Amino acid sequence: MATDRRDFLINGGRALLVASASAAVALEHVLAGTPEHAPGYTMSEHWWAMTIDIDRCIGCGNCVRACKAENDVPREPFFFRTWVERYHLTADDVDRPVVDSPNGGFEGFKELYRPGDGSKNFYVPKLCNHCAHSPCVQVCPVGATFESPDGVVLVDTTYCLGCRYCVQACPYGCRFIDPRTHTVDKCTLCYHRITQGLTTACCEVCPTDARVLGDLKNPSDPIHAFLREHTIHVLKPQMATGAKVYYADLDGSVR
Amino acid sequence: MAHDFRDFEHLLRLAAIFVAGFVLFVVVRTILVPDDFGEYGHYRAGALDDNRQRPLRHAGMSACVECHDDVVKSRAGGGHETVRCEACHGPLAAHADDPSAQAPELPNPVTVCLKCHLPSMAKPAKFPQVDPSEHADNEPCDTCHVAHAPKLGKG
Repeated sequence: MATDRRDFLINGGRALLVASASAAVALEHVLAGTPEHAPGYTMSEHWWAMTIDIDRCIGCGNCVRACKAENDVPREPFFFRTWVERYHLTADDVDRPVVDSPNGGFEGFKELYRPGDGSKNFYVPKLCNHCAHSPCVQVCPVGATFESPDGVVLVDTTYCLGCRYCVQACPYGCRFIDPRTHTVDKCTLCYHRITQGLTTACCEVCPTDARVLGDLKNPSDPIHAFLREHTIHVLKPQMATGAKVYYADLDGSVR
Repeated sequence: MAHDFRDFEHLLRLAAIFVAGFVLFVVVRTILVPDDFGEYGHYRAGALDDNRQRPLRHAGMSACVECHDDVVKSRAGGGHETVRCEACHGPLAAHADDPSAQAPELPNPVTVCLKCHLPSMAKPAKFPQVDPSEHADNEPCDTCHVAHAPKLGKG
């Protein structure tokens, strides 16, 4: 009888171990999306990301203008859902860039530097990185910002208190308080567009295809080849935010 | 042993207050928290639909080519065939919905080209860059080039 009880406990323990391990694995998928009710669009079939090819960006500012028009972003020069920065690295200091972004690149960039001065110059478009483990979501006290089941960080403006915790928490400076509503606003990855089969406004108007929307859950999406064939970097990888804006050929001086 | 607990009425009262408080909390929470809160996570599932409600401003090129396939043909091989319409013509969803509602403005043939093609140290070297004073003595670009197919001999 003693061995029976022993066997029972050992086998029971094993079963419990397997069950709890598989439950832990399953939990992530359960949390990631149950079947939902949007017509013609299944959230659990998508995982959105964006690629930005630094070697193609010409700093024209089309993305900034299109984003403000599409999403009714306040026109003041300090409210942006996306903006473009210009980096300038002198020959003797490749680690400390001079960065400028006049009106976020809304009107493009006036040339400041002379050919032949030995400097390195390039444009870096920035936007919400739609982190899979987003610091802004972690600090929201009321559940007003969240990572959607299809990988987009969104805001529930009816729940937002305007407390600004998320503005401070975002390591990429991608959030602002809308002066009209006093709630937080940020890039939605044009959620109203991508859920009906269109690309984002910024990608739509990018003349050089420097920025391209991608669906990581779609095996035939060109993003997979792009990520494979380029040197890819995300911003602030040391913060383990799970950023999903992938930069190709990004210089190490960009932080 | 009951006589050991004869002074316990105040404890019952306290317990009743706690129970009433808990019931009140559950009732108020049920009323205030929407049903769809927590459907996918610690947020209101309806917020996803709210974010979907924004009206379109950019129609997307697939809408443009439904009517303007002649322009698509004229752009083939001209160097601008991968540039989508609204990159130069601006947001035109209202026009795509109802062509009579919004007539698209024609972009200024000089400034629209220079928006992309003015020289800049920060632009990729392979991108065609033109200083209009050097290149054409400040003649407008459309003297020689067609914006839809700027390669010479293609327009």
